Amino acid sequence: MSDVCIVGAGIHPFGRTEGRDGMDQGVYAVKQALADTGIAWEDVEFAFGGSAASGAADTMVSKLGLTGIQFINVSNGCATGGSALNAAASAIKSGEYEIGMAVGFDKHPRGAFNADPSAYGLPNWYGEAGYMLTTQFFGAKIMRYLHENGLSREALGRVSEKAFRNGAKTDHAWRRSEVDLETIMNAPMISDPLNKYMFCSPAEGAVALILASEKKAKELGGPMIRLKTSVMRTRPPGSFEVFAASIDNERGGTATEIAAKAAFEQAGMGPEDIDVAQLQDTESGAEIMHMAENGFCPHGDQEKWLIEGRTEINGALPVNTDGGCLACGEPIGASGLRQVYENVAQLRGTAGERQVPGDPKTAYTQVYGAPGVSAVTILQR
Amino acid sequence: MNAQPIADNLFTDDNMTALVGARNKQTGHISFPLPLTPNENIEPIALASRGTVWTYTVQRFPPKTPYAGPADPENFKPYIVAYVSLPGQTMVESRLTGIEPEDVEIGMEVELTAIPLDPDAPVDERVMIHAFQPV
Repeated sequence: MSDVCIVGAGIHPFGRTEGRDGMDQGVYAVKQALADTGIAWEDVEFAFGGSAASGAADTMVSKLGLTGIQFINVSNGCATGGSALNAAASAIKSGEYEIGMAVGFDKHPRGAFNADPSAYGLPNWYGEAGYMLTTQFFGAKIMRYLHENGLSREALGRVSEKAFRNGAKTDHAWRRSEVDLETIMNAPMISDPLNKYMFCSPAEGAVALILASEKKAKELGGPMIRLKTSVMRTRPPGSFEVFAASIDNERGGTATEIAAKAAFEQAGMGPEDIDVAQLQDTESGAEIMHMAENGFCPHGDQEKWLIEGRTEINGALPVNTDGGCLACGEPIGASGLRQVYENVAQLRGTAGERQVPGDPKTAYTQVYGAPGVSAVTILQR
Repeated sequence: MNAQPIADNLFTDDNMTALVGARNKQTGHISFPLPLTPNENIEPIALASRGTVWTYTVQRFPPKTPYAGPADPENFKPYIVAYVSLPGQTMVESRLTGIEPEDVEIGMEVELTAIPLDPDAPVDERVMIHAFQPV
């Protein structure tokens, strides 16, 4: 079977853009991706796309051109972008299509996501009594993780410090200034042990990727960025997910662990083969847990890694080179594709100030979200 | 009218002495609370009133709706949310009461009680929610 290649990538800057809705940010990213590929919209044979809060992706054909294209909407929560990419890759692998697109975009109101208990099968009292907050889940989960693995709260601060340092070097990032560790550690608490510098915010942004068969990619003549694998998995028994009024005493694995394992198997690689990684960092604890859940380090070694700078841009395994969700914010539909966009830039060597040195050849992404889904990709040049 | 539980089927009785869990008759698996719609495979079970803190966090800012407790930003009092492990049953998400956030420790022993959602409400209008307190 021939490889699927990523032949073009476009992004609308993340953060806040007054006067431009989520859909238009999506269209902006698509036009940039088309220009990057050197093709016209008429050349795109199919698309998968989605947003959580900015409308049905397929309606963007009215802005891009009524070419009659197959355009399928994807709705998979935080894994929307990853699932769109996964579906687009499958469409090419099947042999039915030569070139297509995955797009994700969103624009969320300010502040924590508001949730309705009944949408999660929960009684109204759960919300009335003050449990319907994603921030509590993240706080409680990482509180336990730090305790079990002998990690200090400062490790959380180090993740944020790195995120803002990398974000300052990234054109598409939202938070563009560095924040020192002391300032981070002394910021107001949101949900212990996480404070305001340790959470990402709902935001806006869009990413479009153009995918092609190996044959088509060669014809286009650009750098060959191969999508070695794209895997999406749902949670196993005993995982700890958001909005759980109870969890089992017997603890189990995570969706990320099984997605990572499947991805490495499919790609015929191991964690030691990866040159750069973008890992879900909804809050700084997530990056810490995901370093281990994806197999990059043993549980409990993360703080040592952070202190030694191993996940810095010039470290042994650079993690979240564009500042991740912490610096870019989280538009749900676009977040997973932003990770892939960043890896395409890193593998092409076009990441500018934040370029990973040493000519990286392999790049990894992992997105995680409610209600326990995880999507992984591995790119290779 | 006396203080009332926030919902039916949350506690086993009006004295709020135990929480109602959901036991799957086939697998024996126990969860909390009862499902929204009755299910013939699920039977109610009284949950243990003592357990240990498995993890916790602190709600430091006033939540938006659907939160029905006091949410005035000026007077908001942060509250502790924990998962309490009930041996052989399940871990229940619950407020902790009678302890300050800085004194909570993972593994500490706690027991069930009921607290008013709004401590400033008149006694006979109080809406009661579940909480655990140090033993």
